[in-house]
Amino acid sequence: MSDAMLEVKDLKKYYPITGGLFGRTVAHVKAVDGISLSIAKGETFGLVGESGSGKSTVGRTILRLTDKTAGEVRFKGKDLYSLSKQDLRQIRPEMQLVFQDPYGSLNPRMRIGDAIGEALLDHGRASRAEVRDKVLETLALCGLSSSHIDRYPHEFSGGQRQRVGIARAIILNPEFLVADEPVSALDVSIQAQIINLFSDLRDRQGLTYLFISHDLSVVEHLCSTIGVMYLGSMVEMAPRDELFAQPLHPYTRALLSAVPIPDPTLKRERIVLRGDIPSPVDPPSGCKFHTRCPVATDACRESAPEFREVGSGHFVACHLV
Amino acid sequence: MTTMTNTLAEIKGLSTYFHTEEGIVKAVDDVSFSIPAGRTVAVVGESGCGKSVTALSVMRLVAEPGRIEKGEIRFGDQDLLRLREGEMRGLRGNDIAMVFQEPMSSLNPVLTIGEQLIEPLMEHRLLSKKEARAESAGLITRVGIPRAEEMLKAYPHELSGGMLQRIMIAIALSCQPKLLIADEPTTALDVTVQAQILDLLNGIKAESNTAILLITHDLGVVAEMADHVVVMYAGKVIEEAPVIELFQNPRHPYTKGLLRSKPVIGRREERLYSIPGQVPQLIGLGEACAFADRCESCLPVCRERRPVITQGENGHLVACWLYEEGVSRDE
Repeated sequence: MSDAMLEVKDLKKYYPITGGLFGRTVAHVKAVDGISLSIAKGETFGLVGESGSGKSTVGRTILRLTDKTAGEVRFKGKDLYSLSKQDLRQIRPEMQLVFQDPYGSLNPRMRIGDAIGEALLDHGRASRAEVRDKVLETLALCGLSSSHIDRYPHEFSGGQRQRVGIARAIILNPEFLVADEPVSALDVSIQAQIINLFSDLRDRQGLTYLFISHDLSVVEHLCSTIGVMYLGSMVEMAPRDELFAQPLHPYTRALLSAVPIPDPTLKRERIVLRGDIPSPVDPPSGCKFHTRCPVATDACRESAPEFREVGSGHFVACHLV
Repeated sequence: MTTMTNTLAEIKGLSTYFHTEEGIVKAVDDVSFSIPAGRTVAVVGESGCGKSVTALSVMRLVAEPGRIEKGEIRFGDQDLLRLREGEMRGLRGNDIAMVFQEPMSSLNPVLTIGEQLIEPLMEHRLLSKKEARAESAGLITRVGIPRAEEMLKAYPHELSGGMLQRIMIAIALSCQPKLLIADEPTTALDVTVQAQILDLLNGIKAESNTAILLITHDLGVVAEMADHVVVMYAGKVIEEAPVIELFQNPRHPYTKGLLRSKPVIGRREERLYSIPGQVPQLIGLGEACAFADRCESCLPVCRERRPVITQGENGHLVACWLYEEGVSRDE
């Protein structure tokens, strides 16, 4: 595992809930509850799960954009959480983030050329004179034209804004990119353009991705390893082809069967789960999925299953596997 | 395939424009299609294609600066666009009901679920409060929510998105509508919850023979739900066909592109097909085919005149010069 670009061990992130007269902490939202994963250089790791599963919190905690509660994050061998502020700032350009909402993440009063070039100046990677050339180069790489450089965000469509968001993230030549639902807000025809941009950048720049998405079909297209999260825990993790050919966890199976397939002649048995994802404040005892699991047994209600390797690189947390 | 069932509603030449300061936005421009009784018709397209405005026009709920300019919406023996507002209000909720994308913002946050369900029942079906309450509990059970009595006392913020959407469907069903308009009913929901809601809608259609006008951008949802599909682009219907025909034999380059650009599990390709460019501005579209700039098979005529939608085999309609006789193919 020494060639791992990113190694996460037993990462936890709890948010306190305060209450009462003195604002004491009365409970915790266990947004991320003991996640381990490792991403090799050049690999694209897909993290899937429904809303409230904690996948976005994993992304933010990995980048140390929010503090962890416990666990370890190693980026190229360095423990991110033991770095000093200066050292962290030194390493920041190597790991960047692309957000879901290209509307909310751009300053409406800033020309996009300035928005993209800002980071270069901030990190002293280029002089003012050089910035423009570098921005033009990055615009071209992201499929935008040089005439866009002096425009404002409102002049762009959703897809173009997402290209701007990607340009901002890659101008510092990062090695690792966390993309948090980067195509969810886009229309199908535009979504395909952005997915292709992500794979082009990976091939050309040798980028490593943590790709967070709720859309299994997008993840299947782009990612080489996939982890499935449910209520703050990883329930299954496997290489892509293995996961799609042989999903082992009942939740993964249900998730796969719930994705509508654009083929009206296909008649399949769908596993329809009952109910909703429970609240992470008070997660169910034992296996967190037992309340919705179609095959749950008494053992599932009592003890939490261990997340263990069952095949080469295939991990699952289920008593019945 | 196209056994002619009774037509429940027929939209003819519907045009809805928005009069903005920048100009007239032809959000819906001469749209025609019909909805057979007890069937699901899906209107599919990307944002800004006019699918939601079409749905709102049928309900006559288009807000200023939007206006229904012309057309006819036949429902039974009436033209909805000619009804007085009072008559239309009698129809809404009774014969035609609507479910929106955002259940959270469609329910009143300060009223209990019970109050919001009971009121329309008393209003529209003239039930007594007691009868309405019993009926409400029955509806909640029907949409698959347990503990109906407790649910009647709950406020919207206590429920999850999926539950709220079920409540919206319960309200829509309360007056046994002949037509249920569902505008992106599952877009805000997670896939496992989406699967539940789609099952519920299919169950309703089967049990009570309610026709569904389903507005969606998701071709997967279309394939699972629809009997008949209408594809819209830039305010126009560009293709229309029975569902299997459309997916197996798409004709319009835009429909073909849409189908190819969606990643599908188990059919991975090295690179996704993507339609170049983006949806055009709806102001001042001009005479050309609105898709011409993004089309790989664009002909000279496409830049001059807009194609008219024409009927082909198998109930398949398409608006594209590629399928017209006697069109010059020279560049």
